Amino acid sequence: MSYVPDELKYTSSHEWVQKTDQGTFRVGITEHAQEQLGDIVFVELPEVESSYAEGDEAGVVESVKTASDIYAPMAGTVVAVNEALEDKPELINESPYDDGWIFELQAEDEAEFEGLLNADDYRALIAEE
Amino acid sequence: MKKTALNHAHRQAGATMVDFGGWEMPIHYGSQMDEHHAVRRDAGVFDVSHMTVVDLMGPDSEAYLLKLLPNDVRKLADGQALYSTMLNENGGIVDDLIVYRVGPEQFRIVVNAATRDKDLAWMQEQSRGFDLELMERPQLAMLAVQGPNALEKVKSALPATLAAQLDNTKPFHAVWEGEWFVGRTGYTGEDGVEVMLPEDQAETFWNTLLAADITPCGLGARDTLRLEAGMHLYGQDMDENVTPLGCGLGWTVRKTDNDYTGGEALQAQREAGVPHKLIGVVLEDRGVLRPGQVLIDSEGREGLITSGTFSPTLQKAIGMARVPRDFTEPVRVKIRNRELPVKVVKLPFVRHGKIRIET
Repeated sequence: MSYVPDELKYTSSHEWVQKTDQGTFRVGITEHAQEQLGDIVFVELPEVESSYAEGDEAGVVESVKTASDIYAPMAGTVVAVNEALEDKPELINESPYDDGWIFELQAEDEAEFEGLLNADDYRALIAEE
Repeated sequence: MKKTALNHAHRQAGATMVDFGGWEMPIHYGSQMDEHHAVRRDAGVFDVSHMTVVDLMGPDSEAYLLKLLPNDVRKLADGQALYSTMLNENGGIVDDLIVYRVGPEQFRIVVNAATRDKDLAWMQEQSRGFDLELMERPQLAMLAVQGPNALEKVKSALPATLAAQLDNTKPFHAVWEGEWFVGRTGYTGEDGVEVMLPEDQAETFWNTLLAADITPCGLGARDTLRLEAGMHLYGQDMDENVTPLGCGLGWTVRKTDNDYTGGEALQAQREAGVPHKLIGVVLEDRGVLRPGQVLIDSEGREGLITSGTFSPTLQKAIGMARVPRDFTEPVRVKIRNRELPVKVVKLPFVRHGKIRIET
């Protein structure tokens, strides 16, 4: 079973979401997702200041094998992106929950965070796959 | 799903298994990228037992192959092999294959797994009126051992008499003993062999190869390696809608005569002009080329990426594309909502561990 940190929230499309000390929401893909993709070679980051509804395509992660969309887990505006991924997309393989974060959102409605999957829900989800 | 004799061995080696044309096959054993580099720099082994082996024997064998194939098997000495397509009456490509001459009246053909049924039916149909026998050999396993150190490393695992002959076996030649058949061929752009052997001996052979420090490699690395080597994949870079002349395989068509199935269609196409050509492209920007992406040339003409990937050796995206014959640079590729410049290059991208294009 892939590592699923207890303190994060999750989506059924395999993003993780973390509330930062600044009150923004940091987004990446889970260890399970990066394992499924294999060696990641390119990340198309969203643009800072772009806005998304919940479930909108906000970026793309491409491995040698395939391309996978990244969805906005909550409605909001992008306030930061992880530019290190432009030169080192493999950070997502090496450190999916830390150095491999993808973007940060200023949420429109912070209550949406509570509606995301918790770690146990997400573990159950990937166990079924 | 069909399983090869090495199914258990793949799982033991940590493979991620996928459905590949009805066969359960390893896509990688951890990192497709590491497996790719192992073949370019050292040696890797692939299970390709899903491929279809057909033995051909009888007095009309050579005459039959001259009809079935546009390449020229008369060039083959005993133990020698060539690459060819197999065409329908319209010159469309039914499949691509390797044919080995085993003797004056005996050949061995290896065709793709995904096209097995239609290939066998077509080969059978084309054999009418010829005195010969076609025999599929599903009980043979097939392993490809590839890489600059493949020949040295594989010797320890081969029967002694075959190992001793290997040094004198040139590229595109084969040696055999009993049911063991070793061809110095491959699909990676590196030196190496493809070994056919009885499937009940396959797991022991596989284990000996791994013990000789040969890296197990999945079909993922096989695809990036063959694409870097500029080698075609059936169903992507060619199919029944394209002739060998239209996809960069004119070199596999004999010039001496048109007396093969599809020969008249090819002659007509030569006279009318071949509508398409196959080109190699490199993406200068970050991103990944994929099959189905559209290319646009200086005049707005459109072509299609038929194979595309991220090249582990070049660390850039590469692809092969089918484009109109007068397609001219500068060329752009549409990736989602963007258009990015690509450079047109001569194939292959990589051969024998070295980058062959200007980057």
